[in-house]
Formats: sequence, C-alpha cells, structure tokens
Amino acid sequence: MNTEYEMIIGLEVHIELKTETKIFCSCPTGFGAEPNTQCCPVCAGLPGALPVLNKKVVEYAVKAGLATHCQIARLSRQDRKNYFYPDLPKAYQISQYDLPLCEHGYLTIETASGPKQVGITRIHIEEDAGKLVHDEQKGTFIDLNRCGVPLIEVVSEPDMRSAEEARAYLQKLRTVILSTGISDCRMNEGSLRCDVNLSIRPVGETRLGTRTEIKNLNSFQSMVRAIEYEFARQVEAVRTGQSIVQETRRFDQASGKTYSMRGKEEANDYRYFPDPDLPPIALGSEEIEALRATLPASPDARERQYVKEYGLSAADARRIAADAGLAEYFEQGAKSCAHPRIMANLLISEALPLSGTEPIRVKAGDLAQLADMLAAEEINSSTAKRVLREISQDGQPPRQVVDRLGLWQINDERALDDIVRQVLEESTALVESYRRGKQAALKGLIGQAMARSNGLGNPVKIEALLREALK
Amino acid sequence: MCEQITAMSVRELMEAMQTKRLSAREVCQAYLKQLKQREDDVNAYLSVTSELAMEQAKAVDEQRASGQALPALAGVPGGIKDNILTLGVRTSCASKMLENFIPPYDATVMEKLNGQRFVLLGKLNMDEFAMGSSTENSFFKVTHNPRALDRVPGGSSGGSAAAVAAQEAAFALGSDTGGSIRQPAAFCGVVGMKPTYGTVSRYGLVAFASSLDQIGPLTRDVYDSALILNAIAGHDPKDATSVRRDVPDYTLGIGQGVRGLKVALPRQCFEGEIAPEVKEAVLSAARKYEKLGATVEEVDMPALEHALPAYYVISSAEASSNLARFDGVRYGYRAQGCQTMEELYKRSRSEGFGPEVKRRIMLGTFALSSGYYDAYYKKAQQVRTLVMRDYGRIFEEHDVILSPVAPTTAYKIGSKTQDALSMYRGDIFTVPVNIAGVPALSMPCGQDADGLPVGMQLIGRPFSEPLLYRAGYAFEQSEKEGKPA
Repeated sequence: MNTEYEMIIGLEVHIELKTETKIFCSCPTGFGAEPNTQCCPVCAGLPGALPVLNKKVVEYAVKAGLATHCQIARLSRQDRKNYFYPDLPKAYQISQYDLPLCEHGYLTIETASGPKQVGITRIHIEEDAGKLVHDEQKGTFIDLNRCGVPLIEVVSEPDMRSAEEARAYLQKLRTVILSTGISDCRMNEGSLRCDVNLSIRPVGETRLGTRTEIKNLNSFQSMVRAIEYEFARQVEAVRTGQSIVQETRRFDQASGKTYSMRGKEEANDYRYFPDPDLPPIALGSEEIEALRATLPASPDARERQYVKEYGLSAADARRIAADAGLAEYFEQGAKSCAHPRIMANLLISEALPLSGTEPIRVKAGDLAQLADMLAAEEINSSTAKRVLREISQDGQPPRQVVDRLGLWQINDERALDDIVRQVLEESTALVESYRRGKQAALKGLIGQAMARSNGLGNPVKIEALLREALK
Repeated sequence: MCEQITAMSVRELMEAMQTKRLSAREVCQAYLKQLKQREDDVNAYLSVTSELAMEQAKAVDEQRASGQALPALAGVPGGIKDNILTLGVRTSCASKMLENFIPPYDATVMEKLNGQRFVLLGKLNMDEFAMGSSTENSFFKVTHNPRALDRVPGGSSGGSAAAVAAQEAAFALGSDTGGSIRQPAAFCGVVGMKPTYGTVSRYGLVAFASSLDQIGPLTRDVYDSALILNAIAGHDPKDATSVRRDVPDYTLGIGQGVRGLKVALPRQCFEGEIAPEVKEAVLSAARKYEKLGATVEEVDMPALEHALPAYYVISSAEASSNLARFDGVRYGYRAQGCQTMEELYKRSRSEGFGPEVKRRIMLGTFALSSGYYDAYYKKAQQVRTLVMRDYGRIFEEHDVILSPVAPTTAYKIGSKTQDALSMYRGDIFTVPVNIAGVPALSMPCGQDADGLPVGMQLIGRPFSEPLLYRAGYAFEQSEKEGKPA
C-alpha cells in the first residue's frame, strides 16, 4: 500500500438491458445470432430511416435509477453524439447529454473501515454500436446485430479510493441491477462493461489530478489488475517528474499493462445536439411511482430484514439477498419454516452446491420442512443431506422419504445407551487411549457408535452418554 | 387527345377513369408521350419508370374491368422527388453519393400512394440532398422552367414543379425544408403545399434537416392539392415526430368562400429586397380578398429578419449530422484505392458530395462545435422561439397570413450560382414557416412583365390546412372568372 499517494477512481458502467426488441426499432436483441440477421433499415442507418423509442427501455432505465436512489427526470432528452467509425452506421450514437433520465443516486458498499456511500452522478440510455469482425485473410466485416441494442450507462462519482472499493462498488451495482431483472449483467457476454477513470494525488491533497480512462474492462479481475497497474504507472510517472496526460487507455490482459489509445488532442468533438427525430421523454410521477411499485425489495433491505426478522448470520443474509431469485426462494420457504436460520444454512451449504448452475429443484416448502425436522432433532444433519439428494431426484416430500428409507433419528436414551456400552466393550484400545488423556479418541468412539446405529443415532446424545460412561 | 388528357386535373382524371371514359393505360400513355416530347427541353426527371408505370396502369384497368372497387387515386400518374425512397427504384437525391442507390424499402408516403394505386412515372430532379433554391445543384442535370426555358424552375423541388407545370405529371411530391416546395411552385406557376410539421410521415424521406422537413404535394390547382394531401397525411408509428391526429378530408368545405376571413399582411414582407412586380401582384391579391369579403390588415413580424440566419444555422447543423452516414462504408459512393479508414471517409465524402452540400456540412459542423454551440445553434433555437411567438401573436387576431413566396420571379439559369448568399436571401419569406412548423400554401397570383408567374403564400395556424385550401380555392375561382374561358 502506497502511503504517499492515493488513487481516485470513478467508474462508467455500460449495462445491456434485456428488452425483447431494440431501442429504436422492433428487431430482436438475442445474443449470438448469425451476423446481420437481426437488423433493419433503422439499425443499418439507411437513408430515410427514423428511430422510434422503445418504451420498455425508459421503464428499465427508470427502474435502475430507482434501485440506485436516483432522482428521475420528469423531462429528459436524447442527443446525438457525432463521430465516424465503421461500426456506427449513422455516424452518430443516440445517447443523452445534458438531460439524462436519472441523476444524483448512490450505492452503499462495505469497506475495511465500514460502510461507504459511492455517489452515482447519472444514468442515461443509449444505443449500442455494431461489431467489427476482423479476418486476417478476408479483411474486416461489420455485424450490425448489436446496433440499437439498448444500454444504460451508469456514471459514478470519483468516490472510490482502492481497487477493492471499485470491485465492491461494481459487485454491488451488479447485485442491485440483477435484483431489478432489467439485465443479465454478464460480463463475459458484454452485457456489463466497465470503464475506469483514475487519477492520483498526494495524500492530504484535496484537488483532483489529471485522470486517464481505461476502456472496456470485461471482468472483475481485469478491472482490479488494470487499476493496480495504472495506479503504479501514474505514481512512477509523477515520481520521475513526468506529467500525467489526459487520455484514453486500453488494458492488455496478457501483459497486465495499460496502453495509450488516443490523447486529448486527438479526442473527438462529439458535437452533441438534441436529436430532432425524437421528442423529449416526459414522465409523470404516477408512472414513476408505478414503476417503483414493481421493484423487489433492494438487496440491502432484504439483508437487513433477514438478519433482524429471521435471525440469519450476516454472511448468509448477504449471500441470499444478493441474488434476487435465491431471495425469493428463501422468502417463500421461510413463510412455512419455524427455523429460517437453519433453512438458510441448508440452502447455501447443501441445496445450492447440489443444483450447480441449474435452478434449485427442491421445493422451497420442502426445504423448510427439512430444516424444521433437523431443528427438532427428528433427523441429523447427514440424514438431511441425504434426504435433500433424494427429493431433488424424485420430488417426494421429506417426511415420506425419511419414512420410506427409515432414516428417523434414534433419540431414545436406552437404545443409545445399549449402543454405547457395546462400543465401550469392543473398542478397548480407544478407551485406553482416551483415559490416557487423548481427546481425539472420543471422536473415534462417537464414530463407532454412529456406525453401529447405521448413522441414525443422535450424535449429541451419544457424545454425552460416552463422556458419562468414561468418567 | 393526348394533350387534352395531360391538361386534365387530378380530379378530372379520377372522374374520367371512374366513369370509364378513360382507361388508366390511356392516361399513362398520354403522359409518357408528353414526357418524350417535353423532357429534352425541361429535364425534370432523373429516372422515368415507363415499364413499371404501364404495368401499374394495366393492373388498375384489369381490376376496374372485373368490377372490383378501387381507391380514389387509382390510375393517376405522378412523379416523386428523388429524395423519397422508392422500393427497387433508384433514389439518388441528385447526388453522385447515391448515384447507384436502390432502396430496399418504400417511404411511408410511397406505401400510401401505392395503396391508392397511383401510377409512378419516375423520380424527379432536385438540388443535391435538397440543398438549394434553383435545382442547379443537381449532380446530374439542370432542369429548365417550362414557362421560360432559360429560367430556373426554383428549388429544391424544381423537378417536381417543372414536371407538373409541363404536364409531365398529374401531380408530384416534393419536400420542403425552407421553401423547397413553395418557391419552385411559385416559379413554375403551380400549387404547392407545405403541411404542418408532423402531418406527413418523414419515414423514407432522406433527411436534410429533420426538425424542418415536410413532404407535400405539387399540383395544377388547389383542389388537387387537397386530394393528394388526403392520400399522404396521417400518423405513422415509424416516425416519432408524426402527430397523432385524425386526418380530415381536406376537400371538405373547400368552396365555402372567405367572407369574414381575417387576412394579415406582414409589413416586413413588402419592404426591402422585393421585386416591384411581385409586391404589386401580392398586394393585388390582397385587394381581391377584400372584394371577396375578407378583411385585410397590415401586421408586424419583427422576427422575420432573424429567421433566415437562424434557418441556415439550424438546417445546416442538422444536415451535418444527417449526412454523416454517407461515409462510403455500407452503401453509396466509395472512393477507390484508399489505404486507411480515414482516407476512405475523406475521399468518399469529398468526391461524392457537391460544393453546396459540402458548404452546408462545414457550416453545420462549425455551428455545433464545442465552444461555438451556444453562439450559433443555441441562439438559432432562441430565434426559433421568437419566430413562433410572432406567428402566435398574429394568429390571435388573424386567420391567415398573406405574403410573397419569393422576392423575385424565376431568374436566369446560371445567374446566381456564383453567389450563395444571394441565393440564400431568396428564401427569406419561406423559411419562417418551417422554423415555426406551420402550414403554408403557395399558388400563382399573377405574372411579371416577362410573363413569368408570381406566387403568393397563405400561411395558417398549425393544422389549418383546410382553411388554407378554402382561401386558396376562393382566390383561384375568382381568377378563373376574371378570365375569358
């Protein structure tokens, strides 16, 4: 950790909205289609073609704004950002300039020194560009399928001071956006992309230094590596008397370094102006409130509720609240569960690993019942695991499975006492070893007793009986 | 017989075909013959679609013979300005840039006209990308004014006005960004309507200045104009600036006269640079309105002088962005032998665009540049508000504004091509209408000493086209009565 300089980080995050159709025409938005099969005169920027705004895009962007505590503009505008590039058929991108849809929001992240608010400057809507496909032999081709795929750009304040904070912010943003259901936020498919703005300044200085922008980071790991490299590069530059140039840089995965793409003097003058083809976007408070009502509880609110109402551990609460689907599953089960804390445990440590990348196949109500059976000591935890595997296969209720397989826990003290006595008689070596003061021998004896009970004995009671008998 | 057919109005043609006095084929043949005779002199068309036209006419005749109902305009032959996209028929915008561009889709107005079963005669000449006032900026040819072949037909819809005046089309569509329908209509002595912004869909019109462009009809008389507007007006979900509004029948009430109509004459339109004969013809039209029972009053329009510079800033700014897509990458002209992307852009655009288009692109790019935006684009938008306020104030007390269309009649070909500013000044009376988005009807109101037509324009409140048609029709009828049959 450098103690002389601190880094100032702001993020610009592009998130693809999962609307069925594009932002300005009715072409589908699906990922991975054959090149140029999802485009029309509007996408291709043919002469005479005109954009018509997809209302869903506005709704989704407003949801993103509400979920990040933004103010929603009653009147916002779409502007043209003019520049030439072969992947941009109209030679301008329709975006928002001085009147974005959402402004002045924030997200709270956890840091080493406690919770911290990261400001969100603005969220605006815009269209994606096409994709250039380079082929060494045949040359460069243009795939227009992505043209007009709706995006939001979420611009943060320069509030982050480390790569870890940047990671926590991006993670939080992803979690919050996922919970609203407006995007898949898949970095590997490009539906979540991140640009980092980074500058440095001597610790204690309040003015901002000259920043560089690192474009198109497509994984958390790349972002963290790029930030660490760029910070070191800027510190080194300043130490050796060079000045930082305001420029756009590219992160190279292989070398882990950032490289200059273009300087400020080569930067485009985008000549923003209001797009005359599109009327302003007007939103009434009723519309905004109706959208607010469709939002699920925020991950933060859920996390607090799980700890307070259900007594979950902080880690379990955060894990479940971060995933909207998981949270809904948990909440559904918790309704009929007397021991939600145990259910949460089963969910995270057993049901989730069991389902892998597939949706969980066990019904939420069944998991709740299993948790209660475990809590009531009707089964032990290894039985619970086994039953879970069974019901995820055949979907039978847990009680039936336990009945069918005869897996009820043996709690009867006399039955257990018989087992304990037999074990003590047979395992004389372990008994000797325990008496000589070797505590580990007790574990061995419990294991013997469990085996003798076919795994059904109550392990807590067995341990107590063993200790008593060995006194 | 052919001369008689091409002299008929749209209304007369419709009736003759509906009553089977004429077949669509006869009408089409008469027009194709007229085209053959007149085109060498006039040069109105960039492409003539004779075969398609005859096929369309034949299909109309067959359907009529089978007793099936046909839409109103079935079999009526028209020409379309070459910046309106026609599926499968070259649409060049009179530019080298789009010399070989065959559109893969129809403009909404074309869908509507095709739905009416009109007959497409061809695509009409214009100033390149509709930038100009004389049609001399066409990459392909110079169109001559049919009233005097050494004169320009006006522009940018010069081919449309000339074709209608030369009876080479029963009607034509043009586009009007700053007067491009009304001024050529005035120069060629025909009727041109610039509808209220948002009345006619712009989908498939190659954009010049999106906030100003409107498609409208050029016709021989006022009634025909209303008939064509009936066919092309209406909300289009593909154009976000098209208005959601029921389309009236624009011919309804057209003959009700102008008794009690309040006509405003903006003082500023009759001072300064205006040919005396133009001024006299329009003032004489004002007197005619008084005779017909209207009241005429002089009014002030102080923002008029600012409208022209504001127009050139706004229209050029929008054009610089709208025309950026012509980059040689996907369609249109591409410079050969380029080594880099940058070179491909520069050379394709330098070689593909003509001088006036480049002038406007540079002007507009400058006006939008960082550091100049507030001084030019933003200020021009403020002037726009002032112009609208002037109109709003006048329309509180008056129903229509009567003004000249252009300060002069048609000038000689080549006489203004070296002086862009003088050409721009000719748009002074037409551009405020586009800036405010209001409708205006341009129609003949007399002649100058050389026998060249003088045009007047009637400007109305938004969506007052029916009233403009009524006022125009009353004047037209009274002029007919004044003349020996």
